[in-house]
Amino acid sequence: MRYQSSYVRIALPKGRLLSATADLLDQVGLDFEDYDGKTRQYNLQSVRFPRVSARVFQEKDIAVQVAVGNYDLGICGLDWIEELRTRYPASAVVEVSRLDYGEGYIYLAASQETGLYDMDGLSSGRDNWRIVTEYANLAHTLTSNLRLKSFKIFPVWGAAEAYPPENADLVILWARNENEMRAQGLVPIMRLLSVDAFLIANRERLENKDLSEVLGCLSPAFVAKAQTLVQEKVEITRKPAISLSHWKERELRLALPDGHQKVPTAEFLQRAGLNVHGYCGRTVSRRLSSDLEWLGVKVIRPQDMPLQVANGNFDVAVTGRDWLLEHLYRFPSSPVMELLDLGFGAVRIVAALSREMAVDDIDGFRSLVQSGKLASPRVASEYTNIADRYLRDNHISSYRLIPTWGASEAFLPEDADLLIDNTQTGRTLAQHDLRIIDVLLKSTACLIGNKESLDSPGTKEKIERVVEALGGGLS
Amino acid sequence: MKNQRCKGMRDLLPRDMAGFRHVEDTFRACCLKCGYQEVRTPTLEYLHLFTAVGTLTPSMLSKVYSFLDWDGWSGERVVLRPDNTIPVARLYIDNMSEYKRARLFYVSNSFIFEETGKKDRERWQCGAESIGGTKLPADAEIISLAREVLHRLGLDTVTLQLSHAGLVKALIKELKLRPSEEAKVTSRILEGDWQALTEVKSARNELDRFLGPLLNLKGKSGGFLQNVKALSREASSSFKSSLDDFIETTTLLDGLKCSYEIDITAIRTFEYYTGICFRFMLNGEKLGGGGRYDNLMSLMSGNDTTACGFALYVDPLLKLLRWENEAKPGILIRGKQTTPEAVEACFGLAQALRNAEQTVLVDFGEREPCDYRWAISISQEDLPGFTVTDCREKREWNAASPGEVLSIVRG
Repeated sequence: MRYQSSYVRIALPKGRLLSATADLLDQVGLDFEDYDGKTRQYNLQSVRFPRVSARVFQEKDIAVQVAVGNYDLGICGLDWIEELRTRYPASAVVEVSRLDYGEGYIYLAASQETGLYDMDGLSSGRDNWRIVTEYANLAHTLTSNLRLKSFKIFPVWGAAEAYPPENADLVILWARNENEMRAQGLVPIMRLLSVDAFLIANRERLENKDLSEVLGCLSPAFVAKAQTLVQEKVEITRKPAISLSHWKERELRLALPDGHQKVPTAEFLQRAGLNVHGYCGRTVSRRLSSDLEWLGVKVIRPQDMPLQVANGNFDVAVTGRDWLLEHLYRFPSSPVMELLDLGFGAVRIVAALSREMAVDDIDGFRSLVQSGKLASPRVASEYTNIADRYLRDNHISSYRLIPTWGASEAFLPEDADLLIDNTQTGRTLAQHDLRIIDVLLKSTACLIGNKESLDSPGTKEKIERVVEALGGGLS
Repeated sequence: MKNQRCKGMRDLLPRDMAGFRHVEDTFRACCLKCGYQEVRTPTLEYLHLFTAVGTLTPSMLSKVYSFLDWDGWSGERVVLRPDNTIPVARLYIDNMSEYKRARLFYVSNSFIFEETGKKDRERWQCGAESIGGTKLPADAEIISLAREVLHRLGLDTVTLQLSHAGLVKALIKELKLRPSEEAKVTSRILEGDWQALTEVKSARNELDRFLGPLLNLKGKSGGFLQNVKALSREASSSFKSSLDDFIETTTLLDGLKCSYEIDITAIRTFEYYTGICFRFMLNGEKLGGGGRYDNLMSLMSGNDTTACGFALYVDPLLKLLRWENEAKPGILIRGKQTTPEAVEACFGLAQALRNAEQTVLVDFGEREPCDYRWAISISQEDLPGFTVTDCREKREWNAASPGEVLSIVRG
């Protein structure tokens, strides 16, 4: 059931732009039932137009979905449009219009410890800038334009603000305003762009397909002046950022996960008798202290941990084995290794497809592809390296991998043919009419470490003490 | 199945390869005669080599094929080399810097993303780099070498266009812009957008006297630059010294009876040039170019070393060159049977003839023998020997041994 030409399909944002977008759609008479962020309903039908449907995505998926033609139209922030376009200038995304709302800016910011307050110090200053960002493509363009000679860009899934000053010098991140960044201990250097909401269209659809029902509704909200990538210096007030505790002075650096893994990890630590203060507070606190005075603790995304441990920014981290393997499949000689299976947070990484597809296993899927009935299958996954390896090992030819950032099950059947995703019980997959055809691996939470950290006797001894302490949580 | 080739990539068919080898062989022969030594750099290099100020422009950098290697967890990116001069400079710094003088050449591909996919994204170049030489003679040697290669390829009507990177940079400085504006104007000019200069210069009328002729006229001798010098008495000392440097080179080329056209806009894309820049044009097509890049080695953490070089672009050259039909093998041995004995007899004869430096193709009925000057059939078992046919003269002989075949073929 691929794209039906007479229907108009719109990709709508979750997250920061959801409520303003829902208000706008309501005002212009293009409202969708259940587009309110309260339900986990991803497929929406227009209340007024039977020909118009929508699907809810993470914002960073929307520009890609429209570019590849899965959706005719989309609404998302300019940051994700530029992130796509700066890397793929020929991508088939057209900005139809800026809409009259938006949220925040994309900033280049420095940790206070760099002593940077403006651009001049960047090009002429020190070498080896460590840049952490969710916007890797924007970062590469910026480093080219600034002519930085020596730099490393660490792409992260989120929580970029947690890295400076110990693990990064510069961050490129979204924030509502400069004060929000200063509160995180960051000094804003440059405003890269204003994150306004945009209505975007697939170029070919805009050229050939009648989208006038939707465009007509939305046109009162169009803002005349389109904005392109602008780089402007932030008004420098030389206001200091809020000082952060001296985390780097601790002898052993531990990373703990945020998000869904936070509660089970906190419970496990409690069982193990390893007290970490403030981990389960209502607000996200990125720097924590523990009873062990030599232990520095930071909270980051579990997906980002293996790369951070590989680079020596952390000695140990609690993450899932799925994310460790995802990293090792991409970088086989990485120095990251599993130190201890913590046993909780068990998930299976599975291959699943729509119940409508008459295929029982991966061999059947391969036959379908080989027969030409499903040429160039589209595979959606958060685990691009695990998925890539699985597809290669199973000789699935000419597949196209669609990287996703959560809610991957919503991609099938219209926007992908196969899903590689994690599941605890299989219930969510079943709710989306998906069937598991293979289990790639089973994953639980684990403690990972850097082999090179174990070379240092002092660090090794501390790592062994953490392993021993966490081992107590297993019984 | 069709269309499995990557967009922007090109297959070189036998005819293309014959042309390619002709260009390559001509180029190699010319370089070797001038004492240049061949080198080859790897396809992958670290991205940071190309990101330093004064190497590639941001626009070029946005089109490089860069990615994380299998051990790239540290974020260190690698590139498919987008240019050949920078890798050769790296090779010299890494391996040869104890030699104060090096003359190197290469035949290499480079990779640059081209959006439409209709033009080549992989490009082949024949290039030479003269490292550590005295400026004026080295410039003249490099230009002469490039011209000699083009001459040997039969391309005598190529126009040599000259510019001077130092002069262009001094020209931009004359505009006395703020650093950020200056960087923008420089980038635009390097991308070939000279409108940038005229837009700003209108604000400074006193520059018009020498900017006008430089931008709008095409001088054919050093005299033109002398005229510009006479008009630019108020210019900065760096402008004047670059102009003197330019005049010196053109005077030498005049003396060597080397014709050229002075076109200040004949400089593009690469930031690393510091002095004389040149390109070879034919019917609006750029066939190659080069120039002096005295700061590149030090920018790449090497010693302060003078250098200049050029590259000829193989792909446009191939389109221009006219080819005789591809060389056919001299002798065709036509096997009538494919029994082990018959095949062995054919191969035995072929080997004997090849040992005598003949080009031999063994064929079992797949091709017509008239494509070749000589065709040989192996006779039937009861009458051992060979039937030799001269397809051009329409004559036939019988031969009893490979030695006899050779005598007939050699006349």
